[in-house]
Amino acid sequence: MEKLKLVDATQMKSDLPAFSAGDTINVHVRVIEGDKERIQQFQGVVIGRHGSGMSATFTVRKVSDGVGVERIFPLHSPRIAKIERVKEGSVRRAKMYYVRHLAAKQIRQKTS
Amino acid sequence: MTGLLGKKIGMTSIFDDAGQVIPCTVIEAGPCFVTQVKTKERDGYEAVQLGFDQKAERLANKPMNGHFAKANTKPLRIVREFRGNGVSEVQPGQEIKVEAVFTKGDTVSIIGTSKGRGFQGVVKRHHFGGGFRTHGQSDRERAPGSIGSSSYPSRVFKGLRMAGRMGGEQVTVRNLKVVGVIPDSNLLLVKGSVPGAINGYVEIHKVVAH
Repeated sequence: MEKLKLVDATQMKSDLPAFSAGDTINVHVRVIEGDKERIQQFQGVVIGRHGSGMSATFTVRKVSDGVGVERIFPLHSPRIAKIERVKEGSVRRAKMYYVRHLAAKQIRQKTS
Repeated sequence: MTGLLGKKIGMTSIFDDAGQVIPCTVIEAGPCFVTQVKTKERDGYEAVQLGFDQKAERLANKPMNGHFAKANTKPLRIVREFRGNGVSEVQPGQEIKVEAVFTKGDTVSIIGTSKGRGFQGVVKRHHFGGGFRTHGQSDRERAPGSIGSSSYPSRVFKGLRMAGRMGGEQVTVRNLKVVGVIPDSNLLLVKGSVPGAINGYVEIHKVVAH
């Protein structure tokens, strides 16, 4: 197991901010178009964090033009340039799947 | 050298240069020791015999201890031969490390012993379809069906696929890509899965591009 962690350590990020379900975060994603690279931001509520070690992921949900959009990011992905915690949420659950059925106003009430 | 011996450590995932997740198996490959060099003149073919994983002298029998003493190595748990070129480059007793044999981007074939599954039925062991679940069937769901005709040949043909011991046999997985080498800890990362349980021994053969 120790040797497996050695492999993970080569790519794992150590400068990640602490965030958990209910927080509003801004994910800076590196997007490669042709030979150009730019940063795209994805801001939304963290619905949950999954897994551990190298394979850990997190899901961010936002409502864009009235349509709910969820993205699952690998936590240690090199495509993520930066993660900013915009707002700390106060929720009682580790997985926020129920917000999918709520209106925007109710989500605001639930996560603050 | 055309290959190395190793031990399966487990699976994890890494990111490639494009940021894609690659599932990979971590193998502790080497350090291996050359225990014998076989030459065309003396043995009729060219091969390098490698040993891996040191053990105590009392665990090896006298003939093997003599063999290791001759090559000036410690007693080793597994010894395998690798046919092919590079025979003149190595001497008995020489230590071979992973970075000397493999680099990122190489193609390898891996030989290991698959996990033992015990006595298994034909559905799991040979991918039979089984019988009907409905239409009045009571006990045919995972049954093998007919095993042959009756009066002729009046016997069951040899080699007919039936239930029995599954797994625990030698399995080769060909053409796996090396996605990383960590020389400090003798680790080799290959894309995909490798036969056998964790801590199982594997042979790693380099595949030469045609």
